[in-house]
Amino acid sequence: MRIALFVTCLADTMFPAAAKATVRLLERLGHEVVFPTGQTCCGQMHINTGYQADALPLVRRHVRTFDPYDVVVAPSGSCVGSVRHQHAMVAAAAGDRSLAARAESVAGRTYELSELLVDVLEVEDVGAYYPHRVTYHPTCHSLRVLRVGDKPLRLLRRVRGLDLVELPAAEQCCGFGGTFAVKNADTSTAMLADKMRHVLATGADVCTAGDASCLMHIGGGLARLRAGVRTVHLAEILASTEAS
Amino acid sequence: MNSRDLILGRIRAAIAGDAPLPTVPRDYRRGAEQPDLDLLVERLADYGVVVHRTNDVAAAIAAILGTGQVVVPPGLPPHWLPSGVRALVDDGLPTDRVAAADGVVTAVAVAVAETGTIVLDATPDQGRRLISLLPDLHVCVVHPEQVVSSVPRALDRLDPHRPLTWISGPSATSDIELDRVAGVHGPRTLHVILTEAPHDH
Amino acid sequence: MTFLGMPARAPRGVGNLRGDESFPDAARTALADPQLRRNLRHATTTIRGKTDRVTAELPDWQELRAVGAALKAYTMAHLPELLERLEERVTAAGGTVHWAADANEANRIVTELVRATGQQRVIKVKSMATQEIGLNEALAAAGIQPVETDLAELIVQLGRDRPSHILVPAIHRNRAEIREIFLREMPGVDPALTDDPPALAAAARRYLRETFLSTPVAVSGANFAVAETGTLAVVESEGNGRMCLTLPETLITVMGIEKVVPRWRDLEVFLQLLPRASTGERMNPYTSMWTGVTAGDGPQAFHLVLLDNGRSAVLADPVGRSALHCIRCSACLNVCPVYERAGGHAYGSVYPGPIGAVLSPQLTGVEDNASLPYASSLCGACFDACPVKIDIPAILVHLRNTAPHPRSERAAMAAAAYTMDRPVLYAAAQRAARLARIVGRRGRGLPPPLSGWTASRDLPDPPSQTFRDWWAAR
Repeated sequence: MRIALFVTCLADTMFPAAAKATVRLLERLGHEVVFPTGQTCCGQMHINTGYQADALPLVRRHVRTFDPYDVVVAPSGSCVGSVRHQHAMVAAAAGDRSLAARAESVAGRTYELSELLVDVLEVEDVGAYYPHRVTYHPTCHSLRVLRVGDKPLRLLRRVRGLDLVELPAAEQCCGFGGTFAVKNADTSTAMLADKMRHVLATGADVCTAGDASCLMHIGGGLARLRAGVRTVHLAEILASTEAS
Repeated sequence: MNSRDLILGRIRAAIAGDAPLPTVPRDYRRGAEQPDLDLLVERLADYGVVVHRTNDVAAAIAAILGTGQVVVPPGLPPHWLPSGVRALVDDGLPTDRVAAADGVVTAVAVAVAETGTIVLDATPDQGRRLISLLPDLHVCVVHPEQVVSSVPRALDRLDPHRPLTWISGPSATSDIELDRVAGVHGPRTLHVILTEAPHDH
Repeated sequence: MTFLGMPARAPRGVGNLRGDESFPDAARTALADPQLRRNLRHATTTIRGKTDRVTAELPDWQELRAVGAALKAYTMAHLPELLERLEERVTAAGGTVHWAADANEANRIVTELVRATGQQRVIKVKSMATQEIGLNEALAAAGIQPVETDLAELIVQLGRDRPSHILVPAIHRNRAEIREIFLREMPGVDPALTDDPPALAAAARRYLRETFLSTPVAVSGANFAVAETGTLAVVESEGNGRMCLTLPETLITVMGIEKVVPRWRDLEVFLQLLPRASTGERMNPYTSMWTGVTAGDGPQAFHLVLLDNGRSAVLADPVGRSALHCIRCSACLNVCPVYERAGGHAYGSVYPGPIGAVLSPQLTGVEDNASLPYASSLCGACFDACPVKIDIPAILVHLRNTAPHPRSERAAMAAAAYTMDRPVLYAAAQRAARLARIVGRRGRGLPPPLSGWTASRDLPDPPSQTFRDWWAAR
């Protein structure tokens, strides 16, 4: 299958390892990955911070860039959530009905990584090997916007060598929330403190999730505490093999 | 312009030009035709109601009340009351006399099995609303044909033009640390006598 | 003369919809209070468990939610007819209907009605609408003493405190603090009072009993009013509602115009949704329903005050209007990670939590509550918990789009959007950002507003190469 990678601006700039792992994983499974270079950012930060007018050209660019592809994947529940639930709304609010229709169409072909693997490619055992104690944080947007359910856990359970430990109060937000982490830094930190407490209680070496943004938040907190727990994107775990 | 016209005008302006809405669906359960009496008993007990299943209403009331003084509504079947109980018939009693009674005995209009609720509708065998409120003990007599399975079926049977009181367990509060504590202003003890015999008005 | 085309918001200078501080400032104080944090965590965890159990018990919970949402949408679309019908039915049943365009008018109507009875004290059932309009303050200014009879409201009133939750206004207090307030403020209290909740409830029972029996005027809110029949419903637990609704001679009910429901049978939906979502019970202990006045039973004078106070302005916003669907269950507060940590006072309004963050700014105009739409991480837990499926995150995002923005943020957002719409500039900016981070101190000490991040979190080390550079070199 020919799959277009929507890398997301955050993975592109700050977490290329997650994006490279997505490419490696899909190629290992026998698929062709293409990277449309016209892509930049889906505009979620603008939309969620109250700048829909500024987001409109980004929505237009995203739709134009990915319209030619049958299947689009992103290693982010949050950015796929924005494409699926916000792009058409922004276009419609600006009165551009044809863009709204095209945005709906692109959204229908855009998948978060675990959705692509389990629902579209129908694979749960991706042949990965990752000999670590791992806990999984279901990010809010993959859980409650995309409803990925237990798909990431089904993938993780098939990874050889991986010791999966359940995260207490897993479904509570880590406190990132985009610009929320800056505008309401104190409340965000209080939420992060509880998330870190739960992560540390698992005794895991690695905390994983499907969103680089939430991992940047949790990982930033754990690093500040010198807690000795790493955050690793789900794609990187699934891409790991005994050879790598 | 008066406030009525002002408010209605603002609302009409706010919704002018809205697209019509789809019909409201009604695809929830209406509940079984035959109520599950055991479920009613279980759900009543769940919220601390003392349930008695017997056909001898008078004996059950005697066991609950002993020799106390009870308020009764004017239309309560006289044979429900045991001989030892002093009954004070509410014919418009002053509030303080009602409040001073040891208990109150009433019939019910409807009982809802799924939620463990009884509903009073102020007919003569249930009386004024305040008589089931002020005494600290309330005894209700429920007949099987008054039990419905669900909330929708309860509303079907009730007359909205009567004052209605839905009661689910004794008076309670969750205001302290969100834990349910039984007993605040209403009766702190609630007994339900569930008979197998049909109601004989 | 009010121009009909202009949305009329809740007026300033009256009522309790506006806080003194922004949400982040008020939250900072609350976050630093360990007792408050513990009380909130305990209470919200308890109620979440109960609600989960009783909603899982109903096989048609999701269908009921969808019907509840559809009924509310229908109500908003037919609000003028429904209110007119309600007025007609209540009047036919012996009640009197009053219309209040805003808080000032509602307070004036209620004060005059109480004055006409010659009484100087009223008993009150917990009511969000009367809190919203500041009725207690208005009555007190007119020399009338309002006595709150709900246990939590009593705790708040005796403690000269503010409510912090829709359902449990004293949720921020634990049993030891409540005991202290009672010992200090409750006339005639037993000095040996313990902090056992049944003992505290019994103290409230003793204290209020005489007041119930001797006060001939009551003020209540309403959970529902049925247009078809003129029936009002109050849902409660303690029996204080029943006392206020049946013992007095005069009953005055203040109700937001959005509380009307079309038909009698619609209650079969809401009476299943509200208790389970609210207190986590299959049914709340007491629900009272009355239609006008009943000879020989209950108050013989009934007044219904229909309150706008900004609601028609909310209705004028097709995206924001579903905030009016709220049935005040407070399920969204109980699942909100922000509420659980910051508490209700941080929202500055009688409507706290996620629903408050969308309702208060719309009632007042967003400029008067500009920080509230941002008081959420958009985690979506509120939407899933709402028994009438209000998409609170979508309304928050919508309100942020209309909120006033700081000038520096506006400039930064415009610059970012400009860059991101130009891939070459974007790639250059990525490299520049990386360089800046490498030459600067890693992970700490960013300038404001980004210092909010680095105060508690490291930033990751910048990668040696962006993804797109790696792809190009591949």
